[in-house]
Amino acid sequence: MAAQWIRRVISPKIGRTRFYSSDVKKCTLIPGDGIGPEISAAVQKIFDAAKVPIEWESVDVTPVRGPDGLFGIPQAAIDSINRNQIGLKGPLMTPVGKGHRSLNLALRKEFNLYANVRPCRSLEGYKTLYDDVNVVTIRENTEGEYSGIEHEIVDGVVQSIKLITEEASRRVAEFAFQYAQDNNRKKVTAVHKANIMRMSDGLFLKCCREAASKFPSVKFEEKYLDTVCLTMVQDPQQYDVLVMPNLYGDILSDMCAGLVGGLGLTPSGNIGLNGALFESVHGTAPDIAGQDKANPTALLLSAVMMLKYMGLNDHARIIEHAAYDTIKEAKYLTGDLGGTAKCSEYTDAICKRVIAAK
Amino acid sequence: MALLARKVCKVLAQAAPKGPVARTFHLGVVYQQDVGVQKESKTKCTLIPGDGVGPELVYSVQEVFKAANVPIEFETFFLSEVNPTLSAPLERVSGSIAKNRVCLKGILATPDHSHTGELQTLNMKLRRSLDLYSNVVHVKSLPGIKSRHQNVDCVIIREQTEGEYSALEHESVKGVVECLKIVTATKSQRIAKFAFDYATRNNRKKVTCVHKANIMKLGDGLFLRSCEEIAKLYPRIQFEKMIVDNCTMQMVSNPRQFDVMVTPNLYGNIVDNLASGLVGGAGVVAGASFSAECVVFEPGARHTYSEAVGKNVANPTAMLLCSVKLLNHVNLRTYAEQIRDAINRVLNDGKVRTKDLGGQSSATDFTKAIIYSLR
Repeated sequence: MAAQWIRRVISPKIGRTRFYSSDVKKCTLIPGDGIGPEISAAVQKIFDAAKVPIEWESVDVTPVRGPDGLFGIPQAAIDSINRNQIGLKGPLMTPVGKGHRSLNLALRKEFNLYANVRPCRSLEGYKTLYDDVNVVTIRENTEGEYSGIEHEIVDGVVQSIKLITEEASRRVAEFAFQYAQDNNRKKVTAVHKANIMRMSDGLFLKCCREAASKFPSVKFEEKYLDTVCLTMVQDPQQYDVLVMPNLYGDILSDMCAGLVGGLGLTPSGNIGLNGALFESVHGTAPDIAGQDKANPTALLLSAVMMLKYMGLNDHARIIEHAAYDTIKEAKYLTGDLGGTAKCSEYTDAICKRVIAAK
Repeated sequence: MALLARKVCKVLAQAAPKGPVARTFHLGVVYQQDVGVQKESKTKCTLIPGDGVGPELVYSVQEVFKAANVPIEFETFFLSEVNPTLSAPLERVSGSIAKNRVCLKGILATPDHSHTGELQTLNMKLRRSLDLYSNVVHVKSLPGIKSRHQNVDCVIIREQTEGEYSALEHESVKGVVECLKIVTATKSQRIAKFAFDYATRNNRKKVTCVHKANIMKLGDGLFLRSCEEIAKLYPRIQFEKMIVDNCTMQMVSNPRQFDVMVTPNLYGNIVDNLASGLVGGAGVVAGASFSAECVVFEPGARHTYSEAVGKNVANPTAMLLCSVKLLNHVNLRTYAEQIRDAINRVLNDGKVRTKDLGGQSSATDFTKAIIYSLR
């Protein structure tokens, strides 16, 4: 009797331990629309070549009608990410005016993804006007200008509310400093407009200052949004990690992507309370979908970010270098980078390098 | 509305170039003035040196004006938010601008918080009291300035009396702050009309509306709709809309695609600075703020550059270009041309350059070089 009781208490524990200690981690994959499936397949292929201990769990997020009559993400997808706590997502199409909200937004809400991280690095081999960019933008992702609270007071007068809370600001500020420390970054710059929005941006700034005092090894500076815009295009080298509220982050992260060659080359990660979702932020490119022409770099680098987040740093480094070297060699570049290679050729070239590096 | 538009057109009409015939004519007029020495014939203009390097830049303009014998009489007011004890009262300054209808202004610093808990900045108050609703910044690559991008030529027209700069904020409960962004149909239509009138007047082909209506569906939606409505009245000018984040990305990768841009307040601030960065920085771009009645000329990218105060390194080009615009505006075109030519000559020579353009010369040297090149 006692033995039975003991076994019952212990056995699930053993099971759980085994699940965690096992080398293979499960990871949710949302291939997405348009070119999404092709580039996801490319990433999977490269991961196989590098023998990354990850098992993909592919889910479909095509909206289904929920019990409340509204279209939303299928429960199976939500369960999958909740279980795995980590996901990789291709581009999703948001149909305009079909009565359901943006899936990106829904995923963000569902998993409390509060910080958006976008590293922008100049790639050797793809020449742009800027060849010394290496910045990371960290953007508060849950409130600010995108709170969605708006109303028309009288005809022709609209009031939009930008919401800044201490909790969310502190959370993202601390994350930024933690990120800087973990990734050997020297400096965090808070981007704000507190001279104009004295209370709201003032609060954000206050939270950044408080976080800064907890991380004495990381340098901290404050800059106005307009100053950052002005100097970023003149001398991007002076910036390292940037932390900012929602709208500014949206604008600056896209601008930095523009400096290094567009959204097809920049990865993105969303860090949340209930997990992390890594994604490529470019569009679905329906015009070249299914033609083996798409560039999988952004999704691949996002997947590399994911590996780093999971602590699989060796695999991350090998894949990252393989991708950079392939672009540097400039033999197999896809159309958007001025080459003629197909997506599969580019993928194979990376796979070869990965296998050689093993 | 029609009356307003006419006035705006009148103001803008003065930017047109003119030939050598007009030049000799004006010289003749000036000659007569010199003989008569009539004090009344001088045009009065309000001057606000501003904070940071503003006073140094304004001094440079005054030196050049003196050397060129420009018949302008400045009415100087020190206006400052960071130095309230020395500051002239706002009413007097705005009264002077309203009377003179032209003003040359340095940049006013805006501290992060005021001691009285005031949310409105002095800049906002000045713009509101005079209803300086439209800020026009013409960003153009200058000769002799090395930058990554060449042949940039765009005009950014920014609404600057509402939007994010409404200074309406409150803390609902502790740790939760609401900041209101106000967008009205009247002001959105007004700025859109201004932009299209500007484009018509200056032979521009395209107006781009910069917005974020996919997220702020009501607020920016209203702005976008207003622009679309006005665009229908100007069938000869191409109308285009662009989301602000995409716009900044396009701006840094392919700035030549832009012509005239019309933006709400905050996005205008962002695009102004971004575009200025592309052509050489805050020291070389001039701007102007218009109301129906008066014009305030000020540098396009608003930075006080306070870390350089007293070091004599700030680039006076932006302020000098502002003064050229001012002279054009008050119809002293010969002088305007003379000074603009001098600036172009000095920049083209590239011998005298301030620090921001990679040179070692001081601001005084630069001003002297301009004066020597006056012909």
